[in-house]
Amino acid sequence: MHQRNSALRRHLGWAPLCALLTATLAACTDPAYTQNTLNPRGDFARMVDHVFLTTVWWAALAFVLVEGALLYAVFRFKGRPDDPEPKQIHGNTTVEIIWTIIPALILAMIAVPTVRAIFKTYEVPVGPDVTEIEVIGHQWWWEFRYPKAGVVTAGEMHVPMGQPVALRMTTQDVLHSFWVPQFAGKRDVFPNRNNVLWFRAEVTGNFSGQCAEFCGIEHGRMGYRLVSESPADFDKYIKGLQATAPPGSATMRMVSSAAPATPVQVSTSGATVPQQKARGDTAAASVQAAPAAPAAPSDPLVAQGEKLFTMKGCIGCHSLDATKPTGIGPNLANVGSRTYIAAGMLPNTDENLARWISNAQAVKPGVLMPNLMLKPDEAKALVAYLRTHK
Amino acid sequence: MATTVTGDLRTQAAHAHAEPTGLWSWITTVDHKRIGILYGASAFMFFLIGGLEALLLRIQLGRPDNTFLSPDAYNQLFTMHGTTMIFLAVMPLSAMFFNFFIPLLIGARDVAFPRLNAFSYWVFILGGLFLNASFLFHAAPNAGWFGYANLTSTQYSPGLNIDFWMIGLQILGIASLAAAVNFFVTVLNLRAPGMKLMRMPMFVWMSFITQALLLLAFPVITVALILLMFDRFFGTHFYVPSAGGDPILWQHLFWIFGHPEVYILILPAFGIVSEVLPVFSRKPLFGYAAMVFSGAFIAFLGFGVWSHHMFSTGMGPIADTVFSLSTMLIAIPTGVKIFNWIGTIWGGSIQLKTPMYFALGFIAMFIMGGLSGVMHASPPADLQQTDTYFIVAHFHYVLFGGSIFALTSGAYYWWPKMFGRMLDEKIGKIHFWLMLIGFNLTFFPMHFAGLLGMPRRVYTYSAETGLTWLNQLETVGALVLFLAIAAFLYNILKAWAGPRNAPADPWNGATLEWAIPSPPQPFNFAEIPVVHSRDPLWELKRERGGPLPEPARVSGAGIHMPNPSFWPALTACGVAAMLIGVMLLPKLGPWGIIAGGALLLFGVFNWAFEPA
Repeated sequence: MHQRNSALRRHLGWAPLCALLTATLAACTDPAYTQNTLNPRGDFARMVDHVFLTTVWWAALAFVLVEGALLYAVFRFKGRPDDPEPKQIHGNTTVEIIWTIIPALILAMIAVPTVRAIFKTYEVPVGPDVTEIEVIGHQWWWEFRYPKAGVVTAGEMHVPMGQPVALRMTTQDVLHSFWVPQFAGKRDVFPNRNNVLWFRAEVTGNFSGQCAEFCGIEHGRMGYRLVSESPADFDKYIKGLQATAPPGSATMRMVSSAAPATPVQVSTSGATVPQQKARGDTAAASVQAAPAAPAAPSDPLVAQGEKLFTMKGCIGCHSLDATKPTGIGPNLANVGSRTYIAAGMLPNTDENLARWISNAQAVKPGVLMPNLMLKPDEAKALVAYLRTHK
Repeated sequence: MATTVTGDLRTQAAHAHAEPTGLWSWITTVDHKRIGILYGASAFMFFLIGGLEALLLRIQLGRPDNTFLSPDAYNQLFTMHGTTMIFLAVMPLSAMFFNFFIPLLIGARDVAFPRLNAFSYWVFILGGLFLNASFLFHAAPNAGWFGYANLTSTQYSPGLNIDFWMIGLQILGIASLAAAVNFFVTVLNLRAPGMKLMRMPMFVWMSFITQALLLLAFPVITVALILLMFDRFFGTHFYVPSAGGDPILWQHLFWIFGHPEVYILILPAFGIVSEVLPVFSRKPLFGYAAMVFSGAFIAFLGFGVWSHHMFSTGMGPIADTVFSLSTMLIAIPTGVKIFNWIGTIWGGSIQLKTPMYFALGFIAMFIMGGLSGVMHASPPADLQQTDTYFIVAHFHYVLFGGSIFALTSGAYYWWPKMFGRMLDEKIGKIHFWLMLIGFNLTFFPMHFAGLLGMPRRVYTYSAETGLTWLNQLETVGALVLFLAIAAFLYNILKAWAGPRNAPADPWNGATLEWAIPSPPQPFNFAEIPVVHSRDPLWELKRERGGPLPEPARVSGAGIHMPNPSFWPALTACGVAAMLIGVMLLPKLGPWGIIAGGALLLFGVFNWAFEPA
């Protein structure tokens, strides 16, 4: 923060307007705005913010001069109908050359830092300390895979503070755009292709982000949470995910199958709904995943919930094993401990979770999760069961 | 005997050029002025529809987590708002001015191809009605005006929504292309003697450049839409990734059309303002040649910047740099235009009439749209701004603060010439202030909403984001804009009810249209004028040492004007039916297309062999 303040101070000589702008910008760094791009918390976003502020100062200067000239001319040269005809001037070559060159110079002042920053945006960090995350867009939720650790999760992306994070991003269906407002910018995701984004988180905390490319009916609610935590907490988090694998199964299996970027192959007609194919994959995965649940639930409510998870068909789309990639629904291995559910929409309270699993269509019309027709006590049991998955 | 003969001749002549009346006369008209009015009335109707759509969107966003509109309704409305405002409001409002005023400003009696002109209008209105008919089927387009693949594939959009959009745009594209050919030829071939290219009024110049843009840009969207049509109806995979197609192909094709399209929307506005400012400053346009060349340069560069809409797609540092620099380059000719407008009023005797209010408002607002444009010409900054409300703010400053303010200026300026009635000055100024305040209240906070984290095209947001107060301000602004448009409508109705007594030259105009009666007679000029300078009417008035006498309405005997024709409208129906037949393939098989094609051929045949 102090870096920007000193930069601002240098410009303060200009005019009261700069002070006003500064005050506005200071107000804009208010943490009350949860997706505030003017309040960077990562090095990428800070670099972008710096370029943006350069353009803002030059634009402010141009704004004051040009709008000022316009207003001055209107008041200075206001005439009456009976005034004599003003001097007829057709142009002035010198003046016209000057006001062609000045904007060109201002643009050069913006272009130089711009081009420098462009190249930096593509310099993805590499090395042993880099946390690689594969980001996969789905209608309408985000999946996150940690290939080195062999785990997958959804809706909440954990990153170690202070360490470089490299995102490799793709989509399972239509185009989306992964936006990390306070840490980086955004990049669109395409099928069959990896796009990159990187950043280093400067603080710990829980932040929000969301899809920025229109992607269908629930685009407006395709959010996620970004949790930045100390490297030690991050390790613990990853170990926790690895521990959701059933005892004896190969935790690292996912890594070998890792081109997770490969989207579901659809038959050539292009008309096949991918979910059908995906459903098959997932169902297979889920059958193996079933034992991942705590072996012998002592609480009868949890035991009932476990049964319902299979009976109501949840298991068809959702895996409870973080070491296996899922096809259609978000992986639920640690759903009990996530801060938000329903793609960043609802805080993860028992009440919200019950509301969501009982009638997802009422919460998010058009979402791919069907209405499960749960009775209130069934919802309660399922919530209790899901809570045990942390 | 002799008196009887002359009498007969007189009635014959009067009959030949009497103002025709009745619905049939409008359907068969080939008069550029009446076609202009048809364009204007239709476009204004669509403008009101598009505005109501926007108002519904703003009501939905007036509260966090609002359920006033369902997500699907919201997506349909924002798609139709964009599509309507671009293709059915701003473009045809410009077309109204092209139609009515290009022939008048260049001293011609009509456009080069009057029947083709009628055909363009009928294709346009059928396309517009077809697009809006989608609401009746609860299937309005819902993938955005930009319709990015692969969301538009049958897999992800199986309904009729995208079909309506795709076919509707194809129909409208035919109208635009036919009109562009017509005006391009008109400007090149029908100028009055002495009107060299560098003596043309700036509105004609900017319109001429716009026609060139239309001719080069519309084929690209046509191709892109044909590929989409093949994907959706015939199982090809141009944009289907699972079969080796690539959705990014759509983005490149769409924006190679889409960016020039922005200049198609703004260049006519530049032209209008360049007519209004000199007249109400009583001083010629400053730097005429620079204005012509900067307009041409903007249009040329407009074809080399399309990928600045795609910085977040990750094209790589070289492509980002090239498109960033070419985009920044456009700011230079645009700046030259703004400076020349200020140079025009500088040292003038500024007459603050309503058209001038809107022209000055245009400059003030367009400057802001231009400056925010430079901000996202920088790809790193754009990685935050793209697809947020910052962009929504930017292009509304260009297209509303720019195009709509200028078009409104043109409406107040030319209303007396078009209808022979003056719009009220007092209501006009109320209209201006309401529009300026409402516009800024709606769109200025959007800059901040975007930077503070509000993405575009979202049907709602949560209160946690802290964005509620900004959205509420915007919604209040939209209501003020609603009042502004109500004031304009009231002004129009009041003028309609009032006397038809506008003088030929109410503003001390500089161009040829002010030399003839208001409204003009069907043949425009009893005698084709000879032009000696850029401001022919000022020159004439200076020579006379005062205003010109009110021109008399003459019989126009002996002036040959084209006959009304029904065939353009019928041919237009054939074109529309053929394309709609594509959509009906699953229902009717090829018969819809064949019937439309037959109608088209029948129309064209009769058109070709119609006696002139």
